[in-house]
Parts: sequence; C-alpha cells; structure tokens
Amino acid sequence: MTQRIEVDPIACDAHGMCAELLPELIELDDWGYPVIAAVDIPPRLGTLARRAVSVCPTLALRLRTAAAVTPGGGAAQPARSVG
Amino acid sequence: MGARLLHGVQAGPMTLADHRRVHGMLPALKPSMLTAEIERSGLSGRGGGAFPLARKLAAVKRARGRPTVIVNGCEGDPLSSKDGLLLSRLPHLVIDGALCLASAVGAREIVVAVDEVEVRAGETIHRALEQRPELRDGRTTARVVWTPTGYVGGQETAIVRWCEAGVAKPRFGSPRVTERGIDRRPTLVSNAETAAQVALIARHGGGWFRQAGTDADPGTALVTLSGAVAAPGVYEIEHGLALNVLLADAGGCTEPPRAFLLGGYGGAWIDSADADAVKLSPRELAPLRARLGPGIVYVLADSACPVAEIVRVAGWLADQSSGQCGPCVNGLAAIANELERVRAGSAGRRALAEILRWCELAAGRGACAHPDGSASFVTSAVRVFVDELSDHARHGPCDACRDATVLPIDERAGAIA
Repeated sequence: MTQRIEVDPIACDAHGMCAELLPELIELDDWGYPVIAAVDIPPRLGTLARRAVSVCPTLALRLRTAAAVTPGGGAAQPARSVG
Repeated sequence: MGARLLHGVQAGPMTLADHRRVHGMLPALKPSMLTAEIERSGLSGRGGGAFPLARKLAAVKRARGRPTVIVNGCEGDPLSSKDGLLLSRLPHLVIDGALCLASAVGAREIVVAVDEVEVRAGETIHRALEQRPELRDGRTTARVVWTPTGYVGGQETAIVRWCEAGVAKPRFGSPRVTERGIDRRPTLVSNAETAAQVALIARHGGGWFRQAGTDADPGTALVTLSGAVAAPGVYEIEHGLALNVLLADAGGCTEPPRAFLLGGYGGAWIDSADADAVKLSPRELAPLRARLGPGIVYVLADSACPVAEIVRVAGWLADQSSGQCGPCVNGLAAIANELERVRAGSAGRRALAEILRWCELAAGRGACAHPDGSASFVTSAVRVFVDELSDHARHGPCDACRDATVLPIDERAGAIA
C-alpha cells in the first residue's frame, strides 16, 4: 500500500526536524515550513518517514494512504470567494 | 432565455404570496426524487468551488448520523453581491432550496449563515423563515447564524467551526464536514445561490435546468458585474455566455478597458486584448487559467494604474489570512511587501521572479484555499501587467498611482482575531 507524508499546516510550527531527518522528501521553504514532495514514499525511506512523523514536536505530520479521497470538498476547496 | 432566479425580482423583499405567484408552490417530492433530479441537473456549487452538488449530497447521506444543512450566505469577496441580493430580495427562493436540501439528506436542522454586517439580508431571511408553514410543526427547525465579517470566515469549515466553537477559522483535512460538521453531524454546506437553484430544479426538473448553459456547466449563474461598465449590478447569465455579450448587455464599458478580473480576489486577470476568447463558465475558463469563482466580473479601466490596484488588494489579501498556516501568513505578506517595493521603484531586479516563486510556494499549502486564490490573483496580475510592473520597478510611481484606487476592499473585513 503506497503512502505519502501529509502536513497539517495549522499544527505545523516550523521546527524543521522533519526536513533534517528526511531531506530526500522534505525541504524547507523561505520561512522554515516543510515542502513535501508529492510522491509516494519509496520503500527504502519508509522507516525514516515514520520517524519523521513521530519526532514532530507539534504532531503535524502523518502518513496518508494514497487514493483515500472522499468526495465532498477537499482541503483544496476554495475559501469562499474565498469564497 | 428569460431570467430564472431573478424572474420577478423587485426592489424590496419578495413576499411569500408574490413568491408563490411567480414560481408556484414548492412541490412535495420524495427525497429520492429530489436527489435524482439534482443529479440529473448537473448543478455545481455557486459559492466558488463549483463542486458537483450531487456528490456532496451523496457524501452526506453516506455518513452516519442525522445531517444538518447550512446555507452559506456569507459573501467574503468585496466584489460579490449576488448572495446578499438573494437573501434580501428573494428569501423564499433560498428557503425553498434549503427545505429541499434538508429533505433530500434527511436533515431536520437548517442554518442560514449571514455576515454580521449584512443586517438587512439577515433580518429579511429571519422574517421569511418565520412565515414558512413548513417550519411550524417543529419537525424541521431553521435559524440565522451571524458570522464575523472576513474573507476566509465564509469558508465552509470556518462556518462550521464558528457555529460550534465561536472560532471563524478554517480547519484542516479529514474528516470532511460532509462527514462530521456541526455537533459532529454530517453537514451539507451549500451556497445561497446553489440552494435557490435547487428550489427551481425541484419545480421544473433536472432536464429543464440543463436547457440553459453548456453540457459541461449546465444552468444559469448569477454574476456580479462592476468597474468601468455602464450598468453594474447582478446579472443572471447562462453558463458559457461570451464576456463581450455580458458587457454589451450592461451598456458597454464606460472607458477603454485595460483588463478584466474574473472570479474576484481569488480569481485571475485577463488582458482586454484576449476578451473575445472569454466565455463565462468554470470549464471554459479553466484553459485560460481563470475561474468564475462566486460569479465575479470586474472591468479595470485603462486610466487606472493596475500596479497601485494590485498592491492594495495584495495587502488586503495578506491581512485576510486567518493566521493559522505558516506558508499563507508569511508568503502572502512577503508577496504584498515586495509588490509595494516594485510600485515604489525600490525593489531588486529579480523582484517579479521572486514574487512568482512565493506564489508557487504558498499555493496548496494552507488549510483552506486562501493562499491558492491569492497566488492566482497575483500570478495572473504579473502575467497581464508585466509592462506596467516593470516600468514601476525601474522608474517608481506613475502619475496614475497618485489617484485614488478603484478596486473596493472591505475595510471592515479585517483579519479574523
């Protein structure tokens, strides 16, 4: 089962430990927030990915099984005008 | 095609008696029939996301627990006034739709969310709810919830959080509100116009609905047209209508246009030279990297300084961040500051490239789509106004920069505390 790393942008506080542990998949933006590669986690990085998730001080990272898409408006639903 | 939603619209609120005379009684359809007609209609959300309503209904019905229906009447974009018009002039059409949606998903609770500054609209809908016999037996209840003014506060998860916890900020990720919204119940959040469209689908059927618009984007949509145009206002268009036809219907432009903003402050700019190719529907606009959003068309006159306009709106968009997500808070502020330096002529040579890079960095990395919409606004502005931006970067403010800006921003709608 393929998995990806997902960050909760509200919980993330830019500690940056994830990028230190897993530079192959995570880099930091200009302000220290993680930019996560939009690829499935290669098997050889599975252990490191799980560690990156567990060391996050604000528990902002999680592994997400691919194709778990629920209809009903995703996180990418425009904020009204923003909505 | 004649007006559908706006058929019979008057200067004041349409009374229940007038509403029934104009549209006829709301037929009592079985939930399964309503759902089938909505599915056949192909109606998509009119709040900006253009998400197929039938899929939302299915998700709510699949979830466990008795659902709640929220009609979203919050209009965060200062360029939009169509939902306010529906609530204050056609309240019973919106209520009909809310009743249909509640029946379709088996909800007994209806919430109409109204921006707290839209006092007239909120009071009108409140009075109209009190007149409805369908809401008297206590089986289905309906109430108005006032939401704090703000661009991001009208986002659907923000409305749910406001109703539940008094915090008008978006939440992130799963479960979706369709699964767990108000009081942990499955919640259907529908834009006010979407509800009004459902009221007509219930009367005339999904096949009738598809007689207007295009195959990919059936039906009509309300568009708020403003800027340098002879007769600004809310228009009901068929999806796919040419922009030029809408402008002609509105008496034409009052000045030579420089560009058009489609979709509002979360939308995109189109050069006036490209206007002939523009057709107004989500699917037709996608290849132009534009969107109809909540139905907004703004005409920017050639006499205005687009750089001054962009700088001001970019600053406003940065202020509208709910402050929860780092890439949005930092990215939008950096973009706005750099744009101001471009305008003032004090930015470095790579300023525009840096702005575009920040737009790319911010988009898709917030809990809601505010950074995405803001990035679209700025990226398209750089594309369309690159000459003016480069001139300012080299020579500083132009003569038109000193004039008052023309794009409205709502000063009341500060950042959500």
